[in-house]
Amino acid sequence: MIALVVRDLRLAMRAGGGFGLGLAFFLIVTVLVPFGVGPESTLLSKIAPGILWIGALLACLLSLDRIFALDWEDGSLDLLATSPLPMEGVVSIKALAHWVTTGLPLCLSAPLFGVLLHLPDQGHKWVVLSLLIGTPALSVIGTFGSALTVGLKRGGLLLSLLVLPLYVPTLIFGAEVARRGIEGLSTATPLLMLGGITFGTIALLPFASALVLRVNLR
Amino acid sequence: MGSFWEYANPVKFTRMAETVLPWVSILATVTLVVGLVWGFFFTPDDYRQGSTVKIIYIHVPAALMAINVWFMMLVTSLVWLIRRHHVSALAAKAAAPVGAIMTVIALATGAIWGQPMWGTWWEWDPRLTSFLILFLFYLGYMALWEAIDNPDTAADLTAVLCIVGSVFAVLSRYAVNFWNQGLHQGASLSLDKEENVADVFSTPLYIAMAGFVLLFIALVFLRTRTEIYKRRASALLARERLG
Amino acid sequence: MTLTVTDLTISRGGIPVLEGLHFTLEAGRALVLRGPNGVGKTTLLRTIAGLQPPVSGDVDAPPESMAYAAHSDGLKATLSVAENLAFWADVFGTKSIEAALDGFKLRELMDRPAGGLSAGQKRRLGLARLLVTGRPIWILDEPTVSLDVESVALFANAVRAHLAGGGSALIATHIDLGLEADVFDVGPYRAKATSNHDSFSGDFDEGFL
Repeated sequence: MIALVVRDLRLAMRAGGGFGLGLAFFLIVTVLVPFGVGPESTLLSKIAPGILWIGALLACLLSLDRIFALDWEDGSLDLLATSPLPMEGVVSIKALAHWVTTGLPLCLSAPLFGVLLHLPDQGHKWVVLSLLIGTPALSVIGTFGSALTVGLKRGGLLLSLLVLPLYVPTLIFGAEVARRGIEGLSTATPLLMLGGITFGTIALLPFASALVLRVNLR
Repeated sequence: MGSFWEYANPVKFTRMAETVLPWVSILATVTLVVGLVWGFFFTPDDYRQGSTVKIIYIHVPAALMAINVWFMMLVTSLVWLIRRHHVSALAAKAAAPVGAIMTVIALATGAIWGQPMWGTWWEWDPRLTSFLILFLFYLGYMALWEAIDNPDTAADLTAVLCIVGSVFAVLSRYAVNFWNQGLHQGASLSLDKEENVADVFSTPLYIAMAGFVLLFIALVFLRTRTEIYKRRASALLARERLG
Repeated sequence: MTLTVTDLTISRGGIPVLEGLHFTLEAGRALVLRGPNGVGKTTLLRTIAGLQPPVSGDVDAPPESMAYAAHSDGLKATLSVAENLAFWADVFGTKSIEAALDGFKLRELMDRPAGGLSAGQKRRLGLARLLVTGRPIWILDEPTVSLDVESVALFANAVRAHLAGGGSALIATHIDLGLEADVFDVGPYRAKATSNHDSFSGDFDEGFL
């Protein structure tokens, strides 16, 4: 198991691994939004938490098809399936590696990009907190979508179509935590829901992902 | 004999569909015509909403079907995953476009109804939003069926997607409710509410709903039978190629 | 460590391709599968390796006893030869990659990234992976593709050593490896296209197959 984490992280860090691509995409989204909606700081600071969440979500989506596609093409997925690792473990590790290389950098850089969007000072901690709790769910759900579409030639677009509706609850509760936190309202309910979704998906979705991956391999 | 599972045999199913289909179609047509004509022409205008209220005879049954078709797909998907009956998987495939169209009808009639009532074509009201999300789920489900060549693989993957999607659809419903308390009127039909739709309106509404259900049954029988024939034809072709 | 295949029927894309397969692979023996292209050798090996379910029949082997090597080697281009092997050694819980490096003459290449290897060298690395799995039953699909004569000899030696150590190997190949191996021709087991051709009236789902 640890060997797989180490390998995936190492692959992501090396040339062509795509590490940092999601981060760059996140930056571009945050830069483009003011061009689209205008530079007034009041408007930007109002929509900042939502933009940061959507930016993080899209940056996450961008790298989903790589989760299994490369291992599928070079045949490692077949070999992993015949190895002693349980498939559920493999998909969980893949989700973890995806989160460490995509979700975690997004969470950590969100305050920086928040400055660009005039995110209110008290908002930074809420955005980071909601992203930290919510992005693991994005990675796990994305891993499921990636497992569904792994054998398909033009799977990228389909992957977005399948995964984005599944992201709706996470996005709503995540952005709600950030928004309520900034307005000084109680964040307990959305925070609990967000945490519930994350833990629920981590606990259950790998079984579905492993099942569809086995179907795709046969 | 006489077990329900007998019809999991494609042959038995197509024979049964052959006999049942004409009757269900006729019944569906009659019920729909009666329900809609009664609803449109023989009910009084609402004192607040005028004649626009009559769109209810399409809107409510369509919305009802939009949800229940997905539920039926969930059940048939489970049957496929557990008992491996191809007819079940094909029935889910056959039902999806019908459900998607019902969702579009519900959304469109909702917009047409909402425009004079709320003064806007679209409102991010929790119910409308949920239906929009449901429509996205239908789209994804159908796209996945289309994308995969091997029919058994497609059946497995879409079945899992349907189950996972159902969980997330329910989650989305709660999330959306939490996110925006809307201006949609409450359920039009329920037994314990004060502001229930009056009897003059509700009888034709029930008939229209029955008509939509029958229409759905007829369409699913027809489409499932077509899917079975298509599947059979491609299997024969594949065998031909093998020699 | 015996692999037994009993009355096995396998399918590709939902269509049965081979049926009624029977054979046994004892420890210390090698079995070479032969048959024309497209007859279903790869499908058979994938079924035996457990990647896809059989239509009917059984594959009996002790759990976690098989190592499967497919057409593609599952190498990561940006990892070095040693890193690639070490990863699989870790996954299979065998710590040493020394024997594998020596067995396939990879020691002088060990720090090169796998992406920079020639096709034959990649193949050698892919086969060396078998040695780090520590599993007794090798399932090999066209193992000698893009190997030169010398490398084929290297591979044959590795198989011989494996058999001598009580292992066994099931190999789909067209070339003569110079091994003392039984040959199993799958050609005669081709599924009859007509077996239920006219049976749309038949039981349950047969009409689909």
